[in-house]
Amino acid sequence: MENAIAIKHLSAWFGENQVLNDITMDIRRNSVTSVMGPSGCGKSTFIRCLNRMHDLTPSFRMTGEILFDGRNIITEKVDPVLLRRKVGMVFQQPNPFPRMSVFDNVAVGLRFNGGKKSRAEIAEVVERSLRKAAIWDELKDHLDRAGSSLSGGQQQRLCIARALAVEPEVLLMDEPCSALDPVSTAKIEELIEDLGDRYTIVVVTHNMQQAARISDFVAFFLMGVLVEMDKSAKIFTNPSDKRTEEYITGRFG
Amino acid sequence: MKSIAFRRRATDRIMKALFLLSVFIVILPLFLIFFDLLWKGAKELKWSLLTDLPRPVGEPGGGIANGIAGTLTLAGLAMAGGIPLAVLSGIYLAEYGKGVLASLVRFAVDLLAGVPSIIMGIFGYVLWVLPMKRFSAWAGASALAMIFIPIVVRTTEEMLKTVPVSVREAALALGIERWKTTLFITVRTASAGIITGILLAMARIVGETAPLLFTALGNQFWQTGLDQPIAAVPLQVFSYAISPYDDWHDKAWAGAVVLILMVLVLSIGARFLTRERT
Repeated sequence: MENAIAIKHLSAWFGENQVLNDITMDIRRNSVTSVMGPSGCGKSTFIRCLNRMHDLTPSFRMTGEILFDGRNIITEKVDPVLLRRKVGMVFQQPNPFPRMSVFDNVAVGLRFNGGKKSRAEIAEVVERSLRKAAIWDELKDHLDRAGSSLSGGQQQRLCIARALAVEPEVLLMDEPCSALDPVSTAKIEELIEDLGDRYTIVVVTHNMQQAARISDFVAFFLMGVLVEMDKSAKIFTNPSDKRTEEYITGRFG
Repeated sequence: MKSIAFRRRATDRIMKALFLLSVFIVILPLFLIFFDLLWKGAKELKWSLLTDLPRPVGEPGGGIANGIAGTLTLAGLAMAGGIPLAVLSGIYLAEYGKGVLASLVRFAVDLLAGVPSIIMGIFGYVLWVLPMKRFSAWAGASALAMIFIPIVVRTTEEMLKTVPVSVREAALALGIERWKTTLFITVRTASAGIITGILLAMARIVGETAPLLFTALGNQFWQTGLDQPIAAVPLQVFSYAISPYDDWHDKAWAGAVVLILMVLVLSIGARFLTRERT
């Protein structure tokens, strides 16, 4: 199957306020898809639908279909807990668990998600995850340091390692670089490109250059509507919609 | 220009001096009390105070060993029952507590915290002493637990509310169930604050006298069972202090010093056992 996630006629509301309007798009397996748009266009709301992170917001509701593994994950029948083990998430602000070491931060998903694992197995997954997140070499001698004592960029890569440790198929990233300096941003971008071969990655960004650098596909959102979605090269050289052209040429946004 | 800079610096200094002065005034009584106690209790502060049973009037020596054991027993029982109840209630209020029920619970807990401690003694009396027809450690411990619980419920709730949403989201996004997220991630993150609340409440109940008057009653000997009257340091201090004998007055002062030191040792011990390891 080529598509990891198929979204059909997705609309979403916070109370009376509609934030997503009839979104239909496919997310290709093992590729990087950027969701780009100005602030308030609904891009963060959108990716939080994909792992049901809105479940804790009572005023939130959504309609339509999000097909993942052949099932519509919007329905009550899908357990959000199991869904989130398949669809991991990295947040805008690096949020390692305070009062936990680097090692425990990465191991936490394994420890709490059932299935007894030996110490050696956990240590192996921690190392593998930190390697995938390109931070093993920096941290291998500091695994007992507090996660919150690392630099911002290291914290974010630690959070990526933490998400990878539960072996998701999809990785959602909500503006993962917007709180980081340019050097850390470059490292994360490189990591995203790298991981894109093995994982389905959806990145929210309001930074066009970043979307152009890292993604295979770009979806452009505006005021809760999907304006257009296409291959990255096409969007940035020859967009079909006038609004996309105006945004990428800097006439607004 | 120069004079403005001068005035600004002067104001800055004056404010700083004011803050320092306030701190000084606040902590001064603490030291005055402690040194006054040490001074007046010095005569009776010796090892036998910690190791011996009380002796009758006129007989020199004797100690409050049974009271120390009693206070530890009473506080231990009150906390063994109170900590799980109070912490779980605090978790409910912070993590699930929305709507009318939660407001009611919160209101009730605040009311409970405001009830004078002697009323809690009457509560223990009615609950245990009347049906059992006997003063007991159980009665004293329940009265103390009723003082302990509301303090810990509210501090636990407040501490959990300081944990950022991002921490909860991070755990949920890993596919960790909500109850595990709450218990093992959120509570762990707030654990230092929750423990501080528990220690403050402990210090409070260790020093309580009034609720023990009708419940634990006091005892001149080692306790033989939890269904028997039990000694407690504050009760001994109280009865020594209201006695007409000079050597008993000295013992009251020394007992007060022991009480303060007990709270100090228990607090430091708990902090040490639960310190951060990173």
